[in-house]
Amino acid sequence: MKRFSNRYIFLFSSIMVILVAALLSSAAMLLQPIQQRNFEIEKKKNILASIGIESSRASVEPMYEKYIAETYVVNTGGEYLDDLVAFEVNLKKEVRKPREERALPVFIGILDNGEKRFVVPVEGKGLWGPIYGYISFMQDLTSISGTIFDHDGETPGLGAEINTDEFQDQFIGKKIFDEDGNFISIILVKGIVDPESLNEVDAISGGTLTSKGLEAMLYDCLLNYETYFKNQKELQK
Amino acid sequence: MTDKEPLFSTKNLKLLTTPLNNENPITVQVLGICSALAVTTKLEPSVVMAISVVFVLAVSNVVISLIRNMVPPRIRIIVQLTVIATLVILVDQILKAFAYEVSKQLSVFVGLIITNCIIMGRLEAFALGNKPWPSLLDGIGNSAGYGIILVIVGFFRELLGAGELWGYPVLEKIGIYNFGYEDNGLMILSPMALIVVGIIIWVQRSKNRELIEES
Repeated sequence: MKRFSNRYIFLFSSIMVILVAALLSSAAMLLQPIQQRNFEIEKKKNILASIGIESSRASVEPMYEKYIAETYVVNTGGEYLDDLVAFEVNLKKEVRKPREERALPVFIGILDNGEKRFVVPVEGKGLWGPIYGYISFMQDLTSISGTIFDHDGETPGLGAEINTDEFQDQFIGKKIFDEDGNFISIILVKGIVDPESLNEVDAISGGTLTSKGLEAMLYDCLLNYETYFKNQKELQK
Repeated sequence: MTDKEPLFSTKNLKLLTTPLNNENPITVQVLGICSALAVTTKLEPSVVMAISVVFVLAVSNVVISLIRNMVPPRIRIIVQLTVIATLVILVDQILKAFAYEVSKQLSVFVGLIITNCIIMGRLEAFALGNKPWPSLLDGIGNSAGYGIILVIVGFFRELLGAGELWGYPVLEKIGIYNFGYEDNGLMILSPMALIVVGIIIWVQRSKNRELIEES
């Protein structure tokens, strides 16, 4: 077998690494606009799905135009931030900021029967990576009308179950405020859920850490909207 | 070797065909089982996964074979991994751009092609010691042998588990539900992939008795 000097080995690996890096970064740059577009389509689809409207890749754009009537960005004080566009807010960055500085998107959907839906995005940490989703609220701004959750790499069959209908449908009708209007968020419980309870849903068996992450995500993200929701409720009275 | 070997000589063709049957990576060598269980709940991800592996193995086999005399043996495993990882990242990026839905279904398993033992096994055992053309055939043969099993398993799991093929409700169109037939949800779960693979192994060995191990 041919002997190679250490110098050759270093040279060989350096050239290899540079070639590979150049190849991969140019591929990433070339494909980025297409990927970005897929990402936007996915986002619109999820927003629509949270208010109960199914759309396909082809139909998502017109459907989004049709059902999502208004979008706002607010802060934790409930003030409108007019210079920001809700769809372009990167929640991943926002959740790292101190609570008062966060920009909070709100998407307002109007269903065929004229009912309003308030959709807010949520973002948090699962066991292996980020988890995120959209929560849609009924006109009373207290009851959940639908949820969509997704994840990047939770364990299939365990934590990854958060994106199944069986899990998501449990949230429908649950309330994040009690009768006195105090924020109670949603609690994921082990074992049997009290059917009378306002805000309990069944956690995922074998997905304890993902469930805890999801619970923390809901608390952390929905708390930000407390003031905005209260203001909106006052307006409706 | 002065006299040129024809491109599709018997020896070369064998490289392509034996991994499909007698030396099948999954059913005979029992490699790559993990991903075979994970991605085969439906036909579409199975096919996409099969194509991805064919691409990665064929190209990496050729690349390694081309540089086989330049690679210092002391870092050859690192070089192989770099080549495989590069190709896998490319596949992942391309899927994210052009087949977003499928890439979400495959999720981590595209990235895990890197650790698929079939690929490094072929680079180490074949491409390092052979010319590019036989390496290409060997790569396609082995990955296709893997892919065929994936597609067969995906076919049966989607058909029996969800009553669909490629998302099309075949069984509903035939009208078999009217006779009281119901989908078997168990087929969607991973253990059933293992059982389907087991059945394939059984069928294959009952047809091809030389594969049966002495015990």
